[in-house]
Amino acid sequence: MDWMKIFSALALIMFIVILFPRARDMMKNSPKGTSSDWMSFAIPVVMIVLFIMFLIQLV
Amino acid sequence: MNRNFSTVAQRAPSALATNKVLRNTYMLLSMTLLFSGLTAAISMYMNMPPMTYLICVIGGMVLAMFVLPRFANSPAGIGIVFLVTGMLGFGLGPMLSMYASLPNGGNVITLALGGTGVIFLGLSAYVLATRKDFSFLGGFLMVGFLLVLMAAVANIFLAIPAMSLMISAVVILIMSGFILYDTSRIIHGGETNYVLATIGLYMTIFNIFISLLQILGIMGGDD
Repeated sequence: MDWMKIFSALALIMFIVILFPRARDMMKNSPKGTSSDWMSFAIPVVMIVLFIMFLIQLV
Repeated sequence: MNRNFSTVAQRAPSALATNKVLRNTYMLLSMTLLFSGLTAAISMYMNMPPMTYLICVIGGMVLAMFVLPRFANSPAGIGIVFLVTGMLGFGLGPMLSMYASLPNGGNVITLALGGTGVIFLGLSAYVLATRKDFSFLGGFLMVGFLLVLMAAVANIFLAIPAMSLMISAVVILIMSGFILYDTSRIIHGGETNYVLATIGLYMTIFNIFISLLQILGIMGGDD
């Protein structure tokens, strides 16, 4: 195992530890979305998935 | 009648302030993207070793997370944004050199760059046109991002190509969610500092570009 892999893993773990309290706060304090809100998020996500599939066809 | 005038008078400066934050954010974002392109080109020209990417990303993240928030309200904040984005662009150099040396590499880089631009502009236009409030996505996106980071740590040791592809795809979707969330926060007055707004949007663009590069590289059979 080369040192770059270990260093990358340590950096990612440190990043997770730093972000964890923020994620917990955001989970507690985020407003709840309605089904129409989630639908307005799902539409662009589906469009992006289709767009990426289109890009893959072009490679 | 007077109450209506009062409402209009109160809303007008708020809308003006929001538009100003949005305009300044997009202006600074476009300048930092150009600067990143320049530093990436310099890094490619200097033929930097692969470890440059890791060092620049860690350095850029530390600056963005711990130093930038302290200077976000001062002119020094703009300098730090250029330092962070310049470092991240410089770190991209070795990766771009590696892709450029592949038979189909130029095409992969161009498609990843164009695809990132289309995704960012499309999602920004969607939020600006609908003016929908995406603040409800905050917790979901952060938890999703943490789970992806955990999967990425596991895959450093497992080295499964299919998992790597899956992680890149999920990163693009989560970062797309962050574009909706961040842009919505700007237009609804949740983010009033254009320096912080710029670095947030820059990070999403950076992550989408790298993930798209990886997906297209693998699917193009060149990785």
